[in-house]
Amino acid sequence: MNAPFEGIGASVRRKEDLRFISGRGNYTDDINRPNQTYAVFRRSDRPHANIISIDTSAAKSAPGVVAVYTAEDLAAIGGLPCGWQIHSKDGSPMAEPKHPVLAEGKVRHVGDPIAVVIAETKQQARDAAELIEIDLQDLPATATVTDALKSGAAQIHDNAPGNVCYDWHIGDKEATEAAFAKAAKIVKLDLENNRLVPNAMEPRVAIGDYDRHTSDYTLFTTSQNPHVIRLLMGAFVLGLPEHKLRVVAPDVGGGFGSKIYHYAEEATVTWAAGKLGRPVKWTADRTESFMSDAHGRDHVSTAEMALDAQGNFLALRVNTLANMGAYLSTFAPAVPTYLYATLLAGTYRTPVIYAEVKAVFTNTVPVDAYRGAGRPEATFLLERLVDTICHDTGFDPVAIRLKNFIPKDAFPYQTPVALQYDSGDYFTTMEVAMKNADYAGFPARKAAAAAKGKLRGIGISTYLEACGIAPSAVVGSLGARAGLYEVANIRVHPTGSVSVFTGTHSHGQGHETTLAQLVTSQLGVPFSQVEIVHGDTNRIPFGMGTYGSRSLAVGGTAMVKAMDKIIAKGKKIAAHLLEASVDDIEFADGSFKVAGTDRAKTLSEIALTAYVPHNYPITEIEPGLDETAFYDPANFTFPGGCHVCEVEIDPETGVTSIVNFTAVDDVGRVINPMIVEGQVQGGVAQGIGQALLEHAVYDSNAQLLSGSFMDYTMPRADNLTNISVATENTLCTHNPLGVKGCGEVGAIGSPPAVMNAVISALKDYGVRHMNMPASPEKIWGIINAGRKAAE
Amino acid sequence: MPQVTLTVNGKTSTVEVEGRTLLVELLREKLGLTGTHVGCDTSQCGACVVHVDGNSVKSCTMLAVQADGSSVTTIEGLAKADGTLHPMQEMFREHHALQCGFCTPGMVMAAVDLVAKNPQGLSEEQIRHGLEGNLCRCTGYHNIVKAIDAAQPLMHAK
Repeated sequence: MNAPFEGIGASVRRKEDLRFISGRGNYTDDINRPNQTYAVFRRSDRPHANIISIDTSAAKSAPGVVAVYTAEDLAAIGGLPCGWQIHSKDGSPMAEPKHPVLAEGKVRHVGDPIAVVIAETKQQARDAAELIEIDLQDLPATATVTDALKSGAAQIHDNAPGNVCYDWHIGDKEATEAAFAKAAKIVKLDLENNRLVPNAMEPRVAIGDYDRHTSDYTLFTTSQNPHVIRLLMGAFVLGLPEHKLRVVAPDVGGGFGSKIYHYAEEATVTWAAGKLGRPVKWTADRTESFMSDAHGRDHVSTAEMALDAQGNFLALRVNTLANMGAYLSTFAPAVPTYLYATLLAGTYRTPVIYAEVKAVFTNTVPVDAYRGAGRPEATFLLERLVDTICHDTGFDPVAIRLKNFIPKDAFPYQTPVALQYDSGDYFTTMEVAMKNADYAGFPARKAAAAAKGKLRGIGISTYLEACGIAPSAVVGSLGARAGLYEVANIRVHPTGSVSVFTGTHSHGQGHETTLAQLVTSQLGVPFSQVEIVHGDTNRIPFGMGTYGSRSLAVGGTAMVKAMDKIIAKGKKIAAHLLEASVDDIEFADGSFKVAGTDRAKTLSEIALTAYVPHNYPITEIEPGLDETAFYDPANFTFPGGCHVCEVEIDPETGVTSIVNFTAVDDVGRVINPMIVEGQVQGGVAQGIGQALLEHAVYDSNAQLLSGSFMDYTMPRADNLTNISVATENTLCTHNPLGVKGCGEVGAIGSPPAVMNAVISALKDYGVRHMNMPASPEKIWGIINAGRKAAE
Repeated sequence: MPQVTLTVNGKTSTVEVEGRTLLVELLREKLGLTGTHVGCDTSQCGACVVHVDGNSVKSCTMLAVQADGSSVTTIEGLAKADGTLHPMQEMFREHHALQCGFCTPGMVMAAVDLVAKNPQGLSEEQIRHGLEGNLCRCTGYHNIVKAIDAAQPLMHAK
């Protein structure tokens, strides 16, 4: 019997599942260290206040308490660094106020940590934290960008006048103005992108450990990028060299961006472990997650399109205010600039674009990249604008998109906002999506729904994503303070099994399966004989982690490069053993063969020879079969696609049901179709959540109102429906696998598809635009007002 | 401190706990059964679902002392002693019903109870409704619903 095909293209069932379905996962909170203590943070319940005094005496003498620390105790350590620097229009660097590990003199958002209690048990730490007496003097607070920019608004940081972080722009302003001046029609839309809480199901956890024999520190943490945490925390916060600091991110229960960043709790427990000589463990409860995990989105924008009489897009002008929250999180400044404004061409050949982005501090939890990061905001803006153009002018939503798509033969396509797309075909993804969604049959379904008293709507969205993050020189010139290459170490063991040490990190993506499939295809090693190792700075040479749909395009390519080295070395060994010239050795299906003969050696035989080099060209090559590659991508990758959503609204309740959702995504080559489909479905669910359910709500005093699962509406099984997923596969031209990335496409394409459908369903009520979420209350209000007007 | 005696996955233990200790804390911290997870503090997410005397229970809503004398099954006790997976576990893997795996133990335990209590069979809509108490952030539920549907005949055939 032939072995099942487990290489590139097979829906291999996941390796990691066996431990997860059996309760044998190893998440950070499952780890306990001998002689461990427990940390509980006392956080601000006020959005903005001066700290007058902190009295920790009662807490220090409470049962089981080992230590209580405030900012005073941490005076010698640095603030949390920001990994990206944006320059304003005038060339000045962004305002970059200190982000102290524990609040210094002032609290700036609800959830800002003020003190930490470390005790023998978690309960003792929790009890003692309540005994800390903190005298706060309230200051006026702002939660929204518009409030924070008002003259007279409270200053959140002394060195950020007017609460402005930066005032940035991109594109050709003059050419845009000129195009607007001669436009036949200008359509303008004001819109908001709602603030979200990522809410990975696993709350964040950090355990600091210190080895008094070696003076080595270890941090176990729920991270998407352990090496980045080691670099940021070691170099900028604690002053520890890399070789004395190990960061381990074991099984991680979802991230969606929120576990990229270096957080205060990680630095605190690591520092305290050294100070106390004992391990210190902190586990967030969900309430803490809501007020300490970086939030996502939160843009207020104005978009204007200039059109000619035929509906050709002539120019796009965008003004966006982006909420940074109270401090700059690790990647925050990059999100509304280089992950957003550079995407404003979308799938369209709009010849000139000008965008201005002002980033603003508010008294809210820091905002950073959340699944899609900037690209969902750009897509929502564009695709809502296109449907609004149709609303205002009478153009058809399909026809106007087809008219303005970048032509198939225009690739590589240079956009007016920096990016150069290497490949894509937006016509085909839209054609397939409309076919899969039976777009043509919609009027009949709408009529049938109307007969039942329901309102049906259909919405289209097309999108373009830049991912596979990212060419280091490019991002460096754009303000990144790091490179964004990836690293792979491929170790062929003496008997032929393979360990892959990858700098990417899996927190649900299934890398242990997909990356093993690459090895099976490239080296011919059975899938069961390949192990993927990630998430430990002591085992993996280096790496930048997983976000921005980069693992396969960048990390997978690093693996291919390392495997190329394995094959090249294997050929030399094989040539020696087979007494042939290296040039005559071919490698295929796991065997090195002398071309045109049946003389061959398997990879296992070569590996054994490499480690037992009795008959070996020892003067020419080293023993061993273990190769590392660093790979820096030549460009971003550019997935694109079309999502079609059909909704039904119950006019009696205002509740929107998704009746059909069809996604067609061009993600380049697909390694594991089952996993890709799952990634798209999960992303779409988060996008539907953003469109219909989710909203992180602050009141006008900057108190977080939706601070638990009781108040923040997470999508549940009965809010969603089956999601039809298909892929198209125009290959990426600049990586050897032709892969583009699939982790974020669902969350990018879906929100405008849903909102376009909702607004189409409410067409008879004169709705031109609605901000997300399209809650039953909002919709019922519109319907009710419409009815009243009609009555 | 109060003593609690309970049988977990067929093994009887007696442990001392503080009165405020939750069942999930006893399972994770006293018995080392870390397969049961804690995803929230308001009993909304269902990551902590276990079976207590044959009923699915959010183990964060139950005090350990309330479980005194009970028989508890956790995700670690779902497979047969010889390692044969429960059909629900099999179907979760077969249908890619998990990604990060954090909600999975609670989701599987809730699903087993849901299917077991409904031998007449459940429609897709009923399965979705039955999962209301369990949050998953990764999958969009599509494949979880498929897995549970596929497990129905396998469970009822036994």
